[in-house]
Amino acid sequence: MNENLEALRKELKYEKTNQCVQCGYCLPACPTYATMRKETHSPRGRINLVKMVGEGRITDLSVLEEPLDLCLGCRACEPACPTGVEYGSILEAAKAAIIRRKKFSLPVRMLRNVFFKKVFPSRKAMKIIGNGMWLFETSGVQKMARKSGLMKKLPFHLGEFESIMPPAVSPWERSSFPRFTTAKGTKKFTVAFFVGCVMDAMFRKINQLSVTLLTEVGCDVIVLENQTCCGALHAHAGELEEGKKLAKRNIVAFEQEEVDFIVNNAGGCGAILNEYDHLLADEPQWVERAKQFAEKSKDISQIIAFCGGIKSKERQPERVAYQRSCHMTNVQKVTIEPLQLIKSIPNVDFVEMKDATMCCGSAGIYNIVNYEASMEILDQKMESVKETKVTTIITTNPGCLLQMKLGIGRENLKGSMRAIHLVEYLAESAGISSS
Amino acid sequence: MKAMTHAHLSEIKSIVKTGRVLTDESDRYSYSFDGSFGTYLPDAVIQTKSIEELTKLVKFANKEKIPVCPRGQATCLSGGPLPVKGGMVFDLSVMDDLLEVSEEDLVIVVSPGVLTANIHRAAEQKGLMYPPDPSSSHVSTIGGNLAENSGGPRGLKYGVTKDYVIGLELITPQGEIIRTGGRTVKNVTGYDLTKLIVGSEGTLGIITKAILRLIPKPPASETVMAIFDNLIDAGKAISKILSSGILPSKMELMDQASIVAVENYEPSGLPRDAEALILIELDGHPVAVRDEAEQVSKVCKEVGARETRIPRSQEEKEEVWKARKLVSPAIARIKPTKISEDATVPRSKIPEMCRRLQEIKKKYNVNLVVFGHAGDGNLHPNIIADKSDKEEMRRVEKAVAEIFEAAIQLGGTLSGEHGIGIMKAPFMEMELGTVGLDMMKRIKQAWDPNNIMNPEKIFPEPGQKLVLSE
Repeated sequence: MNENLEALRKELKYEKTNQCVQCGYCLPACPTYATMRKETHSPRGRINLVKMVGEGRITDLSVLEEPLDLCLGCRACEPACPTGVEYGSILEAAKAAIIRRKKFSLPVRMLRNVFFKKVFPSRKAMKIIGNGMWLFETSGVQKMARKSGLMKKLPFHLGEFESIMPPAVSPWERSSFPRFTTAKGTKKFTVAFFVGCVMDAMFRKINQLSVTLLTEVGCDVIVLENQTCCGALHAHAGELEEGKKLAKRNIVAFEQEEVDFIVNNAGGCGAILNEYDHLLADEPQWVERAKQFAEKSKDISQIIAFCGGIKSKERQPERVAYQRSCHMTNVQKVTIEPLQLIKSIPNVDFVEMKDATMCCGSAGIYNIVNYEASMEILDQKMESVKETKVTTIITTNPGCLLQMKLGIGRENLKGSMRAIHLVEYLAESAGISSS
Repeated sequence: MKAMTHAHLSEIKSIVKTGRVLTDESDRYSYSFDGSFGTYLPDAVIQTKSIEELTKLVKFANKEKIPVCPRGQATCLSGGPLPVKGGMVFDLSVMDDLLEVSEEDLVIVVSPGVLTANIHRAAEQKGLMYPPDPSSSHVSTIGGNLAENSGGPRGLKYGVTKDYVIGLELITPQGEIIRTGGRTVKNVTGYDLTKLIVGSEGTLGIITKAILRLIPKPPASETVMAIFDNLIDAGKAISKILSSGILPSKMELMDQASIVAVENYEPSGLPRDAEALILIELDGHPVAVRDEAEQVSKVCKEVGARETRIPRSQEEKEEVWKARKLVSPAIARIKPTKISEDATVPRSKIPEMCRRLQEIKKKYNVNLVVFGHAGDGNLHPNIIADKSDKEEMRRVEKAVAEIFEAAIQLGGTLSGEHGIGIMKAPFMEMELGTVGLDMMKRIKQAWDPNNIMNPEKIFPEPGQKLVLSE
């Protein structure tokens, strides 16, 4: 075998593709196979394409680009797979291989560099964005922009996304995140809270509520200063090296304090935090530290449930559905606790929707870069949502939350249905307000 | 057989008005495989729900001698949907709209892309049952089941796909539409073309509609697990149960290798030291099945079972059957390449076949695991290997050939439910004899003189041998 092919196989994790016996059991689990109706957009098809490159049959890697770009990365195929193919790992390796060879136009390359290397990893930059959004909302510029129709003219349908953004918090509220918050009552655990990048810039209120809920159930909460973006967006976009750098920064940051758990409230972030040891598997000096980090990483629902749940006030009867975060279900495998918490609230009529574990099409920034494909998946999801006749959809990830809001808007249900993060719903039930 | 030209492609695109013609490299590679071996690139993949467009395409293909390969969702384990000679793949999984249960006629009418599991569901909603239950039924299409004549665990009592097909609609290789059989169970008008088409692996035409027979759903079921210290005793128990006046709906065997693999994969409380266990399901009237379960347990003990278990609750039953379902994934973790055979022997020869399989395992030093629908003689010997190890794969080739020989010597057959496809074609003459195979070939030549329908399947090329070590 020629040396180049050998190197390419290693780069693509070719040996992992051989675990696939092509039985097709992943097909019914795949959202893009359901909407696009071709094998090329199925897990089995994508794995085969990578395999074909590894076997030297496909020589031009750009052949893989569209099929891999259109993958949501929801990893619903993994639990469906009888032979345990590590699809996520194959996908990430192949995407990184494509990005390494791709020649971006100058503006795209600059944009990627700025966002992936400067903005997401920097809490300062994300803070500026958060404050900028607040200024945009409160200064009247938003009103003007909306009135003038300017928002509708933004590229990538950004105007549509702008309209569903949660209200931003003011700079003085933002700067008041204490480093240490003491548990209410008897202390059960000491936890470090993972704030995230997008979560902290755009969903600061959910982060604040998370800290309050954690203290309510008996946790001392530490918010460490040097933490950074989890790196999930990087890994999914083929920027594997950047993702690894961020993982290392977080490991170092969270080693500063002796804590029982590292708690996050975003399914997508939680997934990669749980997989830092896989991400750094090739780096012997890091893998053990990554493993310790991963083992301590928990979703907030796990900790709240573990501490005995929240004390809910009497609520008006309400029908609710739960749109799962794919990464929380398929990667973190956290499936029981969110349901347990929702069902524990008095007067809540929980309705399971059809194909409940199917992705909503948000998938990180998929809904921005692959808008049409994402909306087809969303429209299918909204059909299942409408059948349930619920008034509240609960989610556990910021991307899913925005996507469900978008879905509600597309179906003209804004008056009768809302989407809300589990943390907000629990806080609301416990009578906790955001400040 | 001609290579396809640009002119061919533009003609095809002009015929397909309501569907899609896929010709990108990524799409062609995505329709180049199935659940068996090999990669064969089609020139184009056609997706259309229009039977009229399909007939026009077949007419055109017949005129231009372009191969046509029907495909469902490619779960096939024998190579049925592989476009070995290129040409067009018809992705019939898109034809999934027709699913009509008639309770009065006890039939269900379906289009080829309907999933087998959806047929099960639709029948069960009316208190009825469509018995064939291939383990891939949540992915496999009925069109693929019809083409390959699929079976499943319930084959023991209820038979395979062909036993439930009473009518078909088919596009002939000349692009005409014919209808065979009908909606009646009794139908002896002329040759039984329905049975000829079922299991013809896409070599005689494109099935566009099927009328399937349904039966009342049995109201209750019981499960028995019997554990043996000796594989051959387990084989004897199977024969003994079947001659005791009881016909279980399923009877599945797991040998020691598969028990250990399952325990390593997901501990399920199975005895690692046992050489075999059998799982038996009885269905029918609640009182009858309870009594039969006791009898089966007694028979097993008489033949030498060291222990029998009868799970009572639904959860316990599911737990037991889950262990059987885990065999396939569990053994795939041992080594990446799985060669799944479905050679089948008469029931009375099950113990002898078990013995021969052990001999073959030793002789060629291969990782041979026996599990499967033992009750109907469909033993599913699986060889687990690593296809990158050429030396091992050559031993596997020899072992597979000898498994086929053993099955045929014992009065059995090459394939109980997966079909012949390309891998088993070299052994056809061994089972059918020169004249027997020639009669089949003559039927094929009369139906499809230009040999456009799924070429290279079933019939071996002169001198073709089984090759796994590429």
